[in-house]
Amino acid sequence: MPPETPLLALEGLTVDFDAGGRVARAVDGVDLAVGRGDAVGLVGESGSGKSVTWLAALGLLPSRARVAGRARLDGEDLVAAPRRRLEAIRGRRIAMIFQDPASSLNPVHRIGRQVEEAIRLHRGADDGAARAEAMRLLDQVGIADPRRRLDDYPHQLSGGMNQRVMIAIALAGRPDLLIADEPTTALDATIQAQILRLLGDLRRATGMAMVLISHDLGVVSENVDRVCVMYAGRVVEEAPADALFAQPRHPYTQGLLAALPSLTGPRQRLAAIPGTVPEPWNLPAGCSFAPRCPAAAAECLRTRTPGLALTPEHAVTCTRVLALRGSVWDRRQVAA
Amino acid sequence: MLSFIVSRAARAAITILLVVAFAFVVMRLSGDPALLILSVDAPPEAIEAFRKAWGLDRPIWEQFLTFATRALAGDFGRSMRDGRPALALVLERVPATLAITLPALALKLALGIPAGIFAALNRNSWADRAAMMASVAGFTMPSFVLALLLVLVFAVQLGWLPASGSDTPLHAVLPILTLGTAGAAIMARFTRSAMLEVLGQPYIRAASAKGLGWWLVVLRHALPNAAIPTVTIIGFMVGSLVAGAVIVESVFAWPGIGRLLVSSVANRDLAVVQSLLMVIAGWMVLANLAVDLAYGWLDPRVRTITSRAD
Repeated sequence: MPPETPLLALEGLTVDFDAGGRVARAVDGVDLAVGRGDAVGLVGESGSGKSVTWLAALGLLPSRARVAGRARLDGEDLVAAPRRRLEAIRGRRIAMIFQDPASSLNPVHRIGRQVEEAIRLHRGADDGAARAEAMRLLDQVGIADPRRRLDDYPHQLSGGMNQRVMIAIALAGRPDLLIADEPTTALDATIQAQILRLLGDLRRATGMAMVLISHDLGVVSENVDRVCVMYAGRVVEEAPADALFAQPRHPYTQGLLAALPSLTGPRQRLAAIPGTVPEPWNLPAGCSFAPRCPAAAAECLRTRTPGLALTPEHAVTCTRVLALRGSVWDRRQVAA
Repeated sequence: MLSFIVSRAARAAITILLVVAFAFVVMRLSGDPALLILSVDAPPEAIEAFRKAWGLDRPIWEQFLTFATRALAGDFGRSMRDGRPALALVLERVPATLAITLPALALKLALGIPAGIFAALNRNSWADRAAMMASVAGFTMPSFVLALLLVLVFAVQLGWLPASGSDTPLHAVLPILTLGTAGAAIMARFTRSAMLEVLGQPYIRAASAKGLGWWLVVLRHALPNAAIPTVTIIGFMVGSLVAGAVIVESVFAWPGIGRLLVSSVANRDLAVVQSLLMVIAGWMVLANLAVDLAYGWLDPRVRTITSRAD
């Protein structure tokens, strides 16, 4: 693979929130690269910093958030970019869709107006052209009878339809990168599958890159090539999707996968990771997972773990990984 | 839509009937107009004759039936003090009241709404805190205190404006300022919280993510949504336009509805009080209807519900 600048590279991205006297660190030095046309999954529990990472990169966090580090889009740092520059990038280079489609659309404006707004903004089209393009986009995202839907309000559409509209709005700027932040969490299972298929089809058709943020390992495994696992504001493991699910190396990833019910095996009690996620204003000095990790050594608690490349595509932030064989959780169960 | 209007009209009629009936009974139980108008020292025969002349010797329910029958025919009784038709007496005071309440309303909106928006957009800044402190001061200060303060500064100290009366347009300035300041403070607080509520909604972040500039996000996406709850308080302010301002009109000797209300209640000028309450309640009901229509106009979700109800 020839070395080239990735489309977007996060370098040591850190986000602190001022929470009444104490500082909560939501994102703690995230390094991550997304290449042109890549499909990257970002998994982790609620509060692990998945969404905040991308909101920070786009400058969409409230002013009480302090963002440090870099987010380079084709080399240009977005963290330091002025507001106007960010406004020009949002929607046009990087688009974002959100978890709750019904409340992500403005309830008092018609669907058509909201789609056309994005088209006019990014393509400078006149009214007639914008309307025709809006109809084409709604058709492209699989909305039947787009001419009629343009005159509907968001509350007249289902959640799945609204998410399709959000996707149409995201496509209006022909972005290079689409951040899909839990795009199917608020939808029921069949609609979820349709939306994910649509996102995959659109990605292949347009060649845009996609970051799929989800707490659902199943959603991520089937729709991306590469997965990053986040824990307490840090990326703890990054690997091609098949490698990650076949051979998770970080104890946290192993724990997550062990917590999934098996469809084929015998019914058994689901494994849970003991302990709780560290509080964001009190992150441990060493590995953030060490306090809950059955394989943790004394030094894990003391010093921050550097990333370790197991293969060119598989990186993990765990110093114990080379000493471990199989899942740390199997061993614990045997010992128990 | 038709059933909506019919049901609203019926409810409006019931509201007005209840207000007037309540006033009718309470005013008759709480004092004797004969004693107040003729004085306590009047000979018993005169008082008896006065009661008979105004029908006050009849049982209350009979008095009310008589009143209601006449009212349906457009006769709302006469003032016991000067014998003029009560409704005309009330209506001729309306322009004077509107002359101060309408400009005051404009002041409330022109000052309160931008202040509230500004405070919300600069949440937790020193400007927000200053605006909200001024607002708390504005609506917690009793209006007679503010009125007297303004008189002290602009009439007594500076001598720019007259302290009371109604001879020139300048006389209206201090009453308008007094009414407007308190209302603007309420309006600012309300607008601020409505804006903050809206600014926290996902569609605001989504609009920013589209690439819209912040001012367009505020103008196109935040303000139209924040206007919806604000309409409630504006409707209430419009509704109280005619009720006048009892305290402010009294302090500034302004000949409006508010002062007429005070003097006619004190004198137990029954027909005038009834007519006053009828006009005030009727206007309030109209304002409420306007608020409901405005909701439908501003919020498509409400529109769908009403059209489904038909």
